[in-house]
Amino acid sequence: MTRALRGLARALALPVALFALWWLVSAGSKSFYMPPLRAILGAFGPTWSERWTSDVLPSIGRLLIGYAGAVLAGVALGVPLGGRPRLRAALEPALELFRAIPPPALVPVFLLLFGIGTPMKLLVIVSGAVWPVLLNTIEGVRAVDEVLADTCRCYGITGLARLRVLVLRGASPQIVTGMRQALSIAIILMVISEMFASSSGLGYAIVDFQRAFSIPQMWSGILLLGAIGVVLSLGFGVFEARALRWYHGQRTAHREGG
Amino acid sequence: MTRARHAGRRRAGGTPTLRWTARLGLGALGVAGVALVFELIPRAGVVSPRYLPPTSAMLGALGREAATAAFWRALLDTALGWALGLAIAVAAGAVAGVVIGSRRGLRASTASTIEFLRPIPSVALIPVAILLYGAQLRSTLLLVVYASFWPVLLQVIHGVTDVDPVARDTALSYRLSRWAMIRHLIVPTALPYLMTGVRLSAAVALILAITAELVIGSPGLGHEIEVARASSAVPVLYALILVVGLLGVAVNVGFRALERRVLAWHPSVRREVAA
Amino acid sequence: MTRSLEVRRLRKIYDGHGRIVEAIGDLSFACAAGELVCIVGPSGAGKTTLLKCVAGLIAPTTGEVVLGDARVAGPPPGMAVVFQDYGRSLFPWLTVWRNVALPLENRGAPRGELHRLVDDALAEVGLADVHTAYPWQLSGGMQQRVAIARAIAYRPAILLMDEPFAAVDAQTRADLEDLTLRVWRRHGITLLFVTHDIDEAVYMAQRVLILSASPTHVIEDLAIDLAAERDQLATRSSPRFAELRGRVYEQIQRAKRAGAPAAGEVRP
Repeated sequence: MTRALRGLARALALPVALFALWWLVSAGSKSFYMPPLRAILGAFGPTWSERWTSDVLPSIGRLLIGYAGAVLAGVALGVPLGGRPRLRAALEPALELFRAIPPPALVPVFLLLFGIGTPMKLLVIVSGAVWPVLLNTIEGVRAVDEVLADTCRCYGITGLARLRVLVLRGASPQIVTGMRQALSIAIILMVISEMFASSSGLGYAIVDFQRAFSIPQMWSGILLLGAIGVVLSLGFGVFEARALRWYHGQRTAHREGG
Repeated sequence: MTRARHAGRRRAGGTPTLRWTARLGLGALGVAGVALVFELIPRAGVVSPRYLPPTSAMLGALGREAATAAFWRALLDTALGWALGLAIAVAAGAVAGVVIGSRRGLRASTASTIEFLRPIPSVALIPVAILLYGAQLRSTLLLVVYASFWPVLLQVIHGVTDVDPVARDTALSYRLSRWAMIRHLIVPTALPYLMTGVRLSAAVALILAITAELVIGSPGLGHEIEVARASSAVPVLYALILVVGLLGVAVNVGFRALERRVLAWHPSVRREVAA
Repeated sequence: MTRSLEVRRLRKIYDGHGRIVEAIGDLSFACAAGELVCIVGPSGAGKTTLLKCVAGLIAPTTGEVVLGDARVAGPPPGMAVVFQDYGRSLFPWLTVWRNVALPLENRGAPRGELHRLVDDALAEVGLADVHTAYPWQLSGGMQQRVAIARAIAYRPAILLMDEPFAAVDAQTRADLEDLTLRVWRRHGITLLFVTHDIDEAVYMAQRVLILSASPTHVIEDLAIDLAAERDQLATRSSPRFAELRGRVYEQIQRAKRAGAPAAGEVRP
């Protein structure tokens, strides 16, 4: 028990210290752009309690839906590409080009094609977050163990069963790596899609505050955004630890020469 | 994106590697196919050509753009923001990485802070940048440096901690000076990791540079894209996006090749990166 | 329902980036149903290629493999294979129990029968108490026993084993050899056992097929007339064992000498 507490204390030590430092340093700040931390935290409650359901929750909702869409699309496309070298070779240069386009640069295109609204925002998120999932799925499917594949052939495990039992499970560590990268990208794109052309949402609110020079509110929004990022990241860590328990166990065993 | 794999990677079912000529041919076919699809979709009226011009119109606009001085100025502005931001981020990340990585105490106490700060999206800084620097290069740099710092930092920390304990014990038993140890032990071990970090950061830096220019309006291709959209110059819009994509491909391919070359010098030092 | 195996004039030529290698050249033999046949040969003799052709994993260039009365064209139903690399043939994300049960689940075995077969197989190999563990939590020998259990539970018509104990320490190898013999005797399956270990081959087999160097064919089909009950101590120290072992060793040495370095290359 005490060991866990000590670990927690060590983990929190620096962040708490930095926070305290920020509080102290900015306490007497007269700068317009960098208000005291106390003012920022004070602005938290009033600002976001009213905007919670109108801006923050819809944003998070769009983020999660877009993210889920990106993961599904990435896996659905990645599995066939991973298993067909010819198809992959044909599409590889085109995919390289598409994935090199910074997703924010596509926002004007999506605005043109779909106008302002939720579909556009979802598409922006998917268009950027799909790539890490797709590419990692391809890699994961390609790297399915040969001996395991032979074993499946011998025991007559083919087709859909093989996909479920061998390919997806075997590629899952790689897919989860892609999912983690996709999450950060999805958050960024959620914000960008709202900063750019929107009338609601967390990103829109932050930009709105900035335009109106409501600086403490703006900073509180940034902090909230950061907090959402951290919480989602921690949540993902929990998911990963459970889903890949077998993988982490196996790697530890290998490392210890088991 | 995906980490380098060791040479012994197996493929399912023992499918043979395609010869590079076959891969080139298939790739060219793929590109041609995609170009054809984007030529036909607007022509067939599936999407209005006002919103999605055919490939020929895009390429035409690209040609015309390439003849203007403004285009090349914007390209250079983007390149400057990217290169400068990347350089700063790599220098800061490498130094911080070496310092943090070489001391267990520092690693333990900074781990949580890094995990807290890393997921904070760099775009959260956009309003700050606008306030502080306006639509200038420094806004771009703020975003680029913040986002590109983390991959380098993490990779270098990993590299510094990856020093082979047997090699370190050997060095200690030969009583190598601290400086010699850094030169002969830490730097060669960390260098490949640094290269991977630089490659990852290079891609991120370009994305953030374009994003900053797009949203904030600092000079560069991103800003030109927004201008094209606002003035409904649709073929130019797509042409610029294509250019940005090609830039991205150039960065990805170039740094992958660079990384491979550096890795080739240190095959025995670089241990297998976890699959 | 165990079946007989017949290999007729098997030939396998590999085309590897310009170099043509004749791994197997005109190889024929037969196993009666329920027989235990060991295959030995010098390294690089294409033993694994042979096994893969018999298993239907790769297609021979010419010749055929007949299992029972059906020609093998792709992995046939009713066949189980135990590979040398146990670490990679077991699913790391499944427990031992699920690993053993998987082929049966896939075949659609009814629940009651499935449980009975799996529990029975695990008990037979002595792993009944670790069925909730993951393969990577077990030692090498235990992992290979899981692979064997999986094969037995499947109740195959024929069992192929590709140098299954080569990657295990000598002590464990002896235990596994005896386990295999027990399992074979209890279920009466046709068993084709490939190994590079001459002692192992003579200890376990009813017949030993000695292969030549590349291009591989059968040099000798040696009947092992040792007592049916094999014992690690008694059998291995018997004079007849030494004779048979010596014969096999001699043949393999001759095969190695006869195989010139460039043998097996068929220039176009």
